[in-house]
Amino acid sequence: MTPAVDAAGGACDFSVVGVDRVSKHYGRRRALARVSLTCHAGTITGLFGPNGAGKSTLLGLLSTLLKADEGRVCYGTRTAGEWGDPLRARVGVLGHDLYLYGDLTARENLRFFGRLYGLEGAALEARIETALAGAALSARGDDRVSGFSRGMRQRLAVERALLHHPRLVLFDEPFTGLDDASVRRLAARLADLKQQGTVVVMSTHDLDIAEDMVDSAVCLRNGRIVEIPAEGGSLRERYRAAVGAGE
Amino acid sequence: MGVLKAAWWIARKDLAVEIRSRELIYTAMFFAVACLLIFAFAFVEGRTTIRNAPAGILWITIVFSGTLALGRTFERERQAETLRALLMTPVERPAIYLGKLLSLLILLGSIQVVVVPLVGLLFGAPILRAPFMLMGLLALGTTGFATVGTLFAAMLTRTSSRDVLLPVVLYPMSLPALVGGMQGTLWIFAAEPNYELVQTWLAMLVFFDAVFLTLALWTFAPVMGE
Repeated sequence: MTPAVDAAGGACDFSVVGVDRVSKHYGRRRALARVSLTCHAGTITGLFGPNGAGKSTLLGLLSTLLKADEGRVCYGTRTAGEWGDPLRARVGVLGHDLYLYGDLTARENLRFFGRLYGLEGAALEARIETALAGAALSARGDDRVSGFSRGMRQRLAVERALLHHPRLVLFDEPFTGLDDASVRRLAARLADLKQQGTVVVMSTHDLDIAEDMVDSAVCLRNGRIVEIPAEGGSLRERYRAAVGAGE
Repeated sequence: MGVLKAAWWIARKDLAVEIRSRELIYTAMFFAVACLLIFAFAFVEGRTTIRNAPAGILWITIVFSGTLALGRTFERERQAETLRALLMTPVERPAIYLGKLLSLLILLGSIQVVVVPLVGLLFGAPILRAPFMLMGLLALGTTGFATVGTLFAAMLTRTSSRDVLLPVVLYPMSLPALVGGMQGTLWIFAAEPNYELVQTWLAMLVFFDAVFLTLALWTFAPVMGE
């Protein structure tokens, strides 16, 4: 099963996302240096690394918000520039900030973003109800988001990012503020996305939680990819071996 | 999705947020009324207003309260980084600009509903002498000001000193629209009104607005690039 292509996505679809020798600088500071990786449909790529390693920059590049100084980011066979605006209808992003309007209700937030992603009418309303149920917020759908706890907002933000059934899902610290039940719910959601053939890239510091979810692990340090040993203990132990115990 | 449709959704969202919080309308309205009262103490001697002052007072009040509203429009989007979310949607960038502009114009229009009668009341300005021309001047002048202002407010969103920089860059750039609006209003409020000159200023404002809007739509996407 593949994620349905919504109206705003048009004919834009892909099954692989490739980052090819990408570099990014902020002024004189190097955020990424010749980073390459490939993410396939139906897999979850874990992006790990210490603070300031370049994880958010890489997610920014994949989300099309940032442009690489060198190298190419390809969605299938084309770059973001070649796909144009419809590509963004195929990308769902959960950022560090949750991209929610506090003065709007949960339902209004989902409806607003759904409309911008080209969803309308009964189809949109049905997806909103499904999303609210997915976030365990059906009873709070008409409450303002400003009154939600961090965990509730996080759950809503996850559903907001997935509302338009994106092909590429980018999660930056998706487990922040989630209780145990919500983490399990999110894990099940990620498993569903895998089954649907979604390309998932997830950045997190919760290595223990991520270990059972990710298909491949990429570690960044000082803007470069560091090899994580394939064997040698848990993901955390291998991560520490890769970046150094001090990180 | 069409640009206008997306712009309408964005404007509707902004207005819904404003109706809930009433943050901008209250602060901008309070500021505008405070401005008018200060001008009333300064320019009204006995029961007579200094000649030609009401037109200038009206436009200065609109510009000052508008600047306050402009700064907050994008500041709101910055707080939860929702501007990034907007930029990641498939809507064309000009739709975001037009949505913001539309919601700002509705906000400024609602402030003017209070400010214009107050100018008539406090300064004895003949606001009903040529009501449609006055409304045209206010609509076109405000559009010119907001067109430039929305672009600069967006440009300065990620600048730490945006509150200081916005008026510094906005006022010189929007001067043609402000002068047009003020001159036209002056000729309506004058002891001997000249409606031909008012029409000339209205035509000039249409031209300024068309130029400003074209340039803003053209430059908004590159400005929002990264």
